[in-house]
Amino acid sequence: MSLMKHHAKVETNVFLLLIGILVTVAIGGLVEIVPLFTIESTIEKVKGVRPYSPLELAGRNIYIREGCYNCHSQMIRPFRDEVERYGHYSLAAESMYDHPFQWGSKRTGPDLARVGGKYSNDWHVRHLIDPREVVPESIMPGYRHLAKRPLDFADASDHLKTLRLVGVPYTDEMIVNAKADLEAQAAPDADTEGVAARYPKASLGDADGNPAITEMDALVAYLQVLGRMVDFETFKPEQALR
Amino acid sequence: MTLQELVDFLRSLWGLWLMIFFLGIVFYAFRPKNKKRLESYGDIPLRDDDDKER
Amino acid sequence: MTHATMAHGVQRDASPYLEDVVKKFALAATFWGVVGFIVGDYIAFQLAYPVLNLDLEWFSFGRLRPLHTSAVIFAFGGNVLLGTSFYVVQRTCRASLFGGPALANFVFWGYQLFIVMAGLGYVLGVTQGREYAEPEWFVDLWITVVWVAYLVAFAGTLIKRKEPHIYVANWFYLAFIVTIAMLHLGNNLAVPVSLTGIKSYSLFSGVQDALTQWWYGHNAVGFFLTAGFLAIMYYFVPKRAERPVYSYRLSIVHFWALIFLYIWAGPHHLHYTALPDWAQTLGMTFSIMLWMPSWGGMINGLMTLSGAWDKLRTDPVMRFLVTSVAFYGMSTFEGPMMSIKAVNSLSHYTDWTVGHVHSGALGWVAFVSFGALYFLVPVLWKRKQLYSMRLVSLHFWIATIGILLYITAMWISGIMQGLMWRAYDSLGFLQYSFIETVEAMHPYYVIRAVGGLLFVIGGLIMAYNFWRTIRGDVRTEVPYEAPHAAVAGAR
Repeated sequence: MSLMKHHAKVETNVFLLLIGILVTVAIGGLVEIVPLFTIESTIEKVKGVRPYSPLELAGRNIYIREGCYNCHSQMIRPFRDEVERYGHYSLAAESMYDHPFQWGSKRTGPDLARVGGKYSNDWHVRHLIDPREVVPESIMPGYRHLAKRPLDFADASDHLKTLRLVGVPYTDEMIVNAKADLEAQAAPDADTEGVAARYPKASLGDADGNPAITEMDALVAYLQVLGRMVDFETFKPEQALR
Repeated sequence: MTLQELVDFLRSLWGLWLMIFFLGIVFYAFRPKNKKRLESYGDIPLRDDDDKER
Repeated sequence: MTHATMAHGVQRDASPYLEDVVKKFALAATFWGVVGFIVGDYIAFQLAYPVLNLDLEWFSFGRLRPLHTSAVIFAFGGNVLLGTSFYVVQRTCRASLFGGPALANFVFWGYQLFIVMAGLGYVLGVTQGREYAEPEWFVDLWITVVWVAYLVAFAGTLIKRKEPHIYVANWFYLAFIVTIAMLHLGNNLAVPVSLTGIKSYSLFSGVQDALTQWWYGHNAVGFFLTAGFLAIMYYFVPKRAERPVYSYRLSIVHFWALIFLYIWAGPHHLHYTALPDWAQTLGMTFSIMLWMPSWGGMINGLMTLSGAWDKLRTDPVMRFLVTSVAFYGMSTFEGPMMSIKAVNSLSHYTDWTVGHVHSGALGWVAFVSFGALYFLVPVLWKRKQLYSMRLVSLHFWIATIGILLYITAMWISGIMQGLMWRAYDSLGFLQYSFIETVEAMHPYYVIRAVGGLLFVIGGLIMAYNFWRTIRGDVRTEVPYEAPHAAVAGAR
């Protein structure tokens, strides 16, 4: 068999060995990953999923910066107990604008895929500042620095532009209004008509009672929209069959 | 059977091709003819630290 | 090539082996190992006593956990891999390192710079939020440059080798180097917001991003923590046992089967998620198949000792090496089992996964590294023996007890929490609130942290032993009985 001679060559030729290794390890990834981009049914067609508002996006970046994903998943599996505890199981469509995804791998704390709307803004603020004030048994770190630090997101429109580059459908209007939308969403008495129209179901208003827009405001705005974009009253899984 | 059908059919057997390839490697490695040569390579680490060779 | 030249050794090239850089890697590995173990144990205590987060952003679990994982995987494990690969490739090729001291030192210092940039970034909140690939885009670019230099030095040495055959340990090192490069490039595709800023957004999103990440994440285990360390096994176990590997032919099959199967296993991290079922099933199937080459490799490593089992009693360094292979066998049995969807539905998201990782990371990766380092330090510094073999033995026992405490605590807490999450009371309601399951974990978190503390102490004992060995001290102690044990360190 010619294969025999070839393997003897592989053993003595660095380039052949290198190419053999590369081909061997490339197959698995190609077969598994490429179809996810080409098979249309990978992501369900559902209504309601929208890009994050600038304030939510800033909050999401803080969520990533603080490493929340190390302890909190955002992926509800289709089991009876998980659905009863957290809500409808997660759809692929719900994270289609998540760069990067934050499904997580460990639940040292509870899943957050549908935490939006479950607790008041005030609860979130107090919980983030001192988790054990509201949940005595909690082992979560306190994040009091978020409440003190003004949000630095002057380049909000650049962030939206970058995300549009990687496929998030931000419109020109959203990009132009990025900074204004961010301020309007976090201010107590602002004119919120524009931001509410562009980003339906966004949590409006000042979360932490501090008139400055803090990192806390952004993080709470993000947490409050998690899992709320798809309306599961009208969602029919059989229409989104994969 | 058109050429396209043949290609599709052969492609659907990729698991088989990989298995054959794998068995080829096993056959190569364990063929009695290769035993002496291959096992002698196991000595490579054991004769490497002779400073005399410098 | 005639048989005669092979049997009598091949004339090596004229320039001496480059050992200074291997020394540096050995010291760096020891240093980063101890740092990584300490950070890991600190965050273990944080989970038991959250007050240790100090309510300061730089000390919070979310920022320190990536610091721990990167420190032990890339700083400790990476320095061991780079150092041993430079040592092994020169010896088994009978050629000095390609590129000479300049290239070698660039790789060494470039790699340390990568570690410092990544680690500082985590503490200050600079992260991509991708597990085990947290460094931001500019750090990713830098390590790519260093990695290419590493490949050039390694492959260049293979090309200029005097030994006709490429020894199998080098295959594993080469697979580790090129596959990690492929995974790194694939998983870190991102667009920076600005070329002068640190923030970037990943090219992929959601489900595609998740599979790309776990394709990377699982193969960081497969090729960084397995293939690379199997190379160490295939060199240092035969070397220390002074006998060739049990079956060289098995090692060839082991190699190709392992690297082919491993790359498919990533989706088992995404069971029952929004990843399409066909991908989950593929991932599960290949993960189960992976059990076979893993155990083939384990048998090959263990059986190398057949006829020399007494060395386990008389040589604590050998004990580290052999125990590591046994732990490798155990965790590569546990892994395929946990990849079965029914088991995974219970184990996923719980501490069972953490325990599994650590039986592999502490028992396999760290132990085989300790064995290799204990072998290398006296050789590199031209000492007749280690400062103390008794201290090696002490290290072994303390660390082993630490690992056992760690993994049993995590088995119990993981299975218990998984069961509590899905428990129903007689009225058909969920029996436990989430926070009740957190509370129930407390005793096991304490036990785990104590186990980790033992492991840290072991690491400090090793560092002390190295320091005295390098100084040239020899401890007055009762030697182990076998005649060669007294000079075993000098091999």
